Amino acid sequence: MSAFDQELDASGLNCPLPILRAKKTLAGMTAGQVLHIIATDPGSVKDFEAFSKQTGNELMESKEDGGKFFFLIKKS
Amino acid sequence: MSEKKLAIIATKGTLDWAYPPFILASTAAALGYDVQIFFTFYGLQLLKKKLDVKVSPLGNPGMPMPMGMDKWFPVLGTAIPGMESIMTSMMKSKMKAKGVASLEDLRDICQESDIKMIACQMTVDLFDMNPNDFIDGIEYGGAATFFEFAGESDVNLFI
Repeated sequence: MSAFDQELDASGLNCPLPILRAKKTLAGMTAGQVLHIIATDPGSVKDFEAFSKQTGNELMESKEDGGKFFFLIKKS
Repeated sequence: MSEKKLAIIATKGTLDWAYPPFILASTAAALGYDVQIFFTFYGLQLLKKKLDVKVSPLGNPGMPMPMGMDKWFPVLGTAIPGMESIMTSMMKSKMKAKGVASLEDLRDICQESDIKMIACQMTVDLFDMNPNDFIDGIEYGGAATFFEFAGESDVNLFI
C-alpha cells in the first residue's frame, strides 16, 4: 500500500456521507497530502471518481478487497 | 476552477422527499458548487428547528412495505390511523441501519457548507407560520429573489 497522511473510515456510511466526510477531511489537509478512505458503500467507487474529476483532487488508487473499498486521494 | 451554481426549489414536506434537496445540495457544495435552496409550500417544514416530517404509504403504491404488509393492507389499509407513524418509525430505523444520514445531519452539513436557504415569504404568510420556529441563518424572499440566483445557475432543480 502507498503511503498516506490521513485516514478516513467511512465504513457503514451510505451516500452521500463518504463524499461529504472526505471533503471535510481534505479541507483540513494541505496540498499534496494524501487521504486514505475506507468505505463499504459500493456506490462510492463511481462517486469518488466523479468527486475527483470535479474537484481536481487526484484519485491515485481505487480498489476493492473483501467487500470493502479503498481509495487514495491526493489533495490538489 | 470556476465555481458552478446549483439552484433548488424544495416543495415537499415528507420524510422521503426531504432527502433529495439536502443530499444534492450538500454533495454539490462538496464538489465546489455555490448552492441556494428556495423552500416553498410544504418544503418549509424542512426549515423547522424541530424536524417532524413523516412518510405516508397512503396514495404511494411504489413504497416498499415491510413483511408483506402490502398484501394484508391493500390501498385502504394504508389509511388506517397510526399507519403513518408506524411507517415513519420503520423507515427511520431502516435508514439508520443502512448508514443513511439523518435529515438533521444533512441539513447541518448544508449550513456548514454556506448553502443559502431561502424561505418563501408568501407561504410563510399564507400558512401563518412563525419565523421563530425556523432554524437560524435563513433568508426570506419571493420568486424574484429565486430567479436572481437561478438565472445564473448551471443546474436548476424543482423537487
